[in-house]
This record gives sequence, structure tokens and C-alpha cells, in this order.
Amino acid sequence: MLNEKSPLIKKRPFREVHHTATRAALIGGGAFPRPGEISLAHGGVLFLDELPEFKKSVLEVLRQPLEEKAIQLSRTCGNYRFPADVILVAAMNPCPCGCYPDMQKCTCTPVQIQMYLNRISRPFLDRIDLCVEAVPVSYEDLTSERKSENSAQIRKRICRVRKVQKERYRESCITVNAMLDEKGLKRYCTLENDARRLMEQAFSVMGLTARGYHRILKTARTIADLAEEEQIRENHLKEALGYRMVDKKYWTR
Amino acid sequence: MEYEYWLAKVRGVSARKKCLLREYMKSARDVYYIEETHLKSLTFLNEKERGALAQAKQRPAPAEEYKKMLERGIRFVPWCSAEYPKSLKEIPDFPYALYVKGSLPDERRKKAALVGSRRCTPYGEKYAIDFARSLASHGVEIISGMARGIDGMGHRGALMGGGRTYAVLGCGTDVCYPKEHIGLYVDILEQGGGIISEYPPGTAPLPQHFPARNRIISGLSDAVLVLEAGRRSGSLITADMALEQGRDVYALPGPVNSSLSDGCNRLIRQGAGMLLTPEVLLEEWGMSDSVKMIGSKKADKNKKMLESPEKLVYSCLGLYPKSVAQVAAEAKINIKSAMELLVALELEGYIREISKNQYIIA
Repeated sequence: MLNEKSPLIKKRPFREVHHTATRAALIGGGAFPRPGEISLAHGGVLFLDELPEFKKSVLEVLRQPLEEKAIQLSRTCGNYRFPADVILVAAMNPCPCGCYPDMQKCTCTPVQIQMYLNRISRPFLDRIDLCVEAVPVSYEDLTSERKSENSAQIRKRICRVRKVQKERYRESCITVNAMLDEKGLKRYCTLENDARRLMEQAFSVMGLTARGYHRILKTARTIADLAEEEQIRENHLKEALGYRMVDKKYWTR
Repeated sequence: MEYEYWLAKVRGVSARKKCLLREYMKSARDVYYIEETHLKSLTFLNEKERGALAQAKQRPAPAEEYKKMLERGIRFVPWCSAEYPKSLKEIPDFPYALYVKGSLPDERRKKAALVGSRRCTPYGEKYAIDFARSLASHGVEIISGMARGIDGMGHRGALMGGGRTYAVLGCGTDVCYPKEHIGLYVDILEQGGGIISEYPPGTAPLPQHFPARNRIISGLSDAVLVLEAGRRSGSLITADMALEQGRDVYALPGPVNSSLSDGCNRLIRQGAGMLLTPEVLLEEWGMSDSVKMIGSKKADKNKKMLESPEKLVYSCLGLYPKSVAQVAAEAKINIKSAMELLVALELEGYIREISKNQYIIA
């Protein structure tokens, strides 16, 4: 990542990890510990493609650093603490063959699908804020000239929202919604009556955890910021709920 | 009885020949003690079958094994027993004996077989459960094969309807296949139903057993309902056998573009009954007195009023999953508001998300 010409990392890193990665490769390790991918991606993006193909034990070690934003390694030669503040991005198929729930095409049995999804644990999914399906792209879409919002435009929107957030949190030591603590949530993420009722309903229907509840609030706050609203409204909360992954009980009936 | 058990386990002799032999010799015990010369004089057996019998006679009658089987709660019901289902005796290739855990179907009640693809869509699943439940609540016994997909849903629905249901397996009755249905296996027995097989305990679920057990499923029942079947589905074998055995065949119609309903639609075209409601069957059997009850329940469900944008989104959904993007395009609203409406509908329990951003009606 570094060379003579650029002895400092000035660009935010983007680290893509192959699913054969070991635990040590991901969080760091060795007799004299060296930083792993999660620390190399500090301040940037850690991308895990084909998420369910990772060994379960490898994924689980990410849980704690994702919360702490740092990783503590204890060895006989001493204790090491590496920074690990990343945006985790992951991609996966809905089932081993990739076609579920289109039963005309899907060749997987329910057990296969469940085993595939079970490779990612509930607590791990609980730490994921946004989850969307990427719809199969048709030939027309691939070749069409139609212009949708490009990355530069999206970036502009995001920068604006980050500025709003920085302004809002100028008195505290945080800069974005994701860093809000419990106290901050109570102060900045209040819900009005309709939204509160919806949240109560979601909490019981979806069986949210405390972590899930807080994460939904933060997501809703950001959606409200994007919509340039001071108050989190019911529809912001609904959208945030729609991005959740873990609380949907796909397989129980 | 252990001699019957021995005879049932003899391989290479058809059930029909075994019956003839038993009739001729008066009892299975006499078959076991038949003399070599006598056996040779039986003209209805060919060389191979005589060989199989002679070979089986070398082994001692499995009294110990038989006792153990009874102790494990598996009953042995040979063809000559009074318990042997009468409807099964009518079919051309009836099994010589059945192994039963739990009970056998009630002769006095109507019985419907629910069969279908193992790979099924939420559409097939829903109607398998609905039909089985409402038939079971009217005292109809549901027979199926405890396979994945439609079969399992049929049993589940029957259990929900508080009825008895019977699973005909392609393996020993003490083997739960597929093994994820162990809960279902236990529930079927607990609710007074039965696990039935023509294979002795401990038999593995071999592929060739399954087409064979289909004839028992249709043989035990008065009507066979095919819920969802592809063009080459095994359920169509069951339907064919049912027709040969003179049973009524009904099929659930599906969309013409769904390959998993193709088999059903073809059956209907060939003259199978169209399965529109469970009442169709009940009326056919003169059990329609209590049908009103089902109707009133449905009316209740429709009473809940939805607000109009939600209604619009709800009306886009069906039992074949649709993605948020599809819904948005069909309802002509943006993705954001489609998602908000879908989340609201889901929280209210009207729809279900079966995979990320893929919705069906609940």
C-alpha cells in the first residue's frame, strides 16, 4: 500500500478479501502479530464477496472488531491493538444455485438453502444495516442508453448529508450517525407518535435485538437526513426496516 | 405370524404368487415346511421363484426378529389379515404385507391422497396446506408420502385441520426420510395417524422404492389430488396409477407459464377434475352439509380494509414471489415508497418476505 513516493495513505483503502482467507489474514496474527485485512482497510471499505463461502469461524471473529472498531490481539510477546474502523460490504447469493425464490429455475432443496443461509450467523447479520437484493440485469438494461443517477451525483448527496451530520454533532466528538451512542440516540433520534407505534410493532413482530433497534434508528436518522428532514418520520423508519436482513424469518412458518 | 413375516420377506416372488401359494398351502407355516418335491410340482411358479423360495427356506423363520419388531411398535399386516385395507386389495399389484407404525386408515372415512412436486412454489405450498386442512376438518383422511414439498405440506395441513393423516414411505417405517421431517413424523403419529410401508423395518430409502410406493398412496385413497407437478414429476406416476386403479384424479390448475404446474394443467386437459376448492371434493362425496363453515371464515378475512396505496401494492402481489422493483414498476410508484408500503404490509401480516426483497402474500 505504501511506496517511496507516497509514504502516507491518503486515499481511503478498499480491500477485497477472497473467501479462502484465514482468521489470521482477516484480523491479524502471527507470533509477533501483524495487522490483518480488517486493519489494512481501516478508514475504508472491507469487501467480502461470496459471504457464505467464508468459513464460519472466520466470519465470527469479525463480530467484535466491527463493534469496537479496533482489534486487540494477545500473544505471549505482548498485547497489540490495531485500528479496525471499516465499512463492511458483502455480497451473497440467495441460495447455492443463485435462483431462489424463482422455483422454475432454482434447483436447491429447502435444506440446502437453509444450510447455505445458516453459514452466516444471526449475530453477524444483526450487525449489517443495509441489505438489498440486486435484481438480475436484463439485456435491455445492459445496453440501454437511459441514464440513471451516477456515482458522482450520489457522492455529492452523501457529502452533503455528512456535512449536515458534522454540523449537528459539532459539540460532541462524533461526526456521523453511525457513531451515535445510546445517549446520542435518545437526543437526536426521537420518534414521533406514528413512528413510535410502528417501531413498537416492528420490535415485537420482527423480534428485534437491542442492537438491531439501535441500528434501525441510526439508519432511519440517515434516511431522514437524506430527505432533509429534522424529524424521523414514519416512512423513514419503514424504509430503514426494509433494509434489515436478519429479522426476517425466511424459513419458519 | 412369524411365518407370514418370513413369507413377506422372501424376495423374487410377487405378492400375487405369494397369495396363490399361501391359498394353496392353507397357511404360511405350511409354505415354510413345504417339501422340495412338492415345491417342484407347483406349476404356477417358475424356476427362479422356486429357487428364491428354496433359498429362503434355508434360513430359520425369524421369530426373534419378528418379536423385536413388535416391541418397537411396528405392526405387521399381511394380505390375509382382516386389518389389511380393503381398497388396497382391489389394486392389481397390491403389496403382500404392510408394516405399520401407528394406525391404518379408517375404512369408514373418505380418504384423499395429496401429491405433488418436492420442489414447489409458495402457490403449491399454500394450497396444499389449505386443501388438506379444510378436508381434514371435515373428517377426510389425508394420505401422502411425507416427501419434501407438497407431500409434507399436505400432512402439515391435515394436522392443522385436526385430522388424521397417513404417510406411505419408500423405506422402512422406522426410517425417517427425509430426515428433516422427523418433527412431522412424530406429529403424524401423535395425532392418531400412521406411517405405512411395504418395506420391512430398516430398509433404506432407495430410488426404486418411490415409484412403487406411489401405487399404495393411490390405492389407499378414494381420490388423488395433484397440487403441483412438473411435466416429468413423480406425482404424475401416482396420477396414472390412480386412474388404472379407478380412483378419481383432481389437479390444481396453475399459471400456464409455470413449469411446475405444467403437469397439473395437462392432467386437467386430459380430463382430470379441476380442483378449484376443497368443496368440489366434499360435494362429490355428499359431505357438503358442513361446507358453509369454510365460506364464512373466508369472508372474515376479507373484511379488514386496507388503505388505497397499500391496496394497490397488495394487489400486485401473488403467490409467486415478486421483487420490490417489480412491484414498484407494476404499481407505477417509486421504489422507495414501494418498499415503505411493503414493510407496512409485512408488519401487519398481510404479506411475507421469503427472500431478501422478494414478497408473496401471506
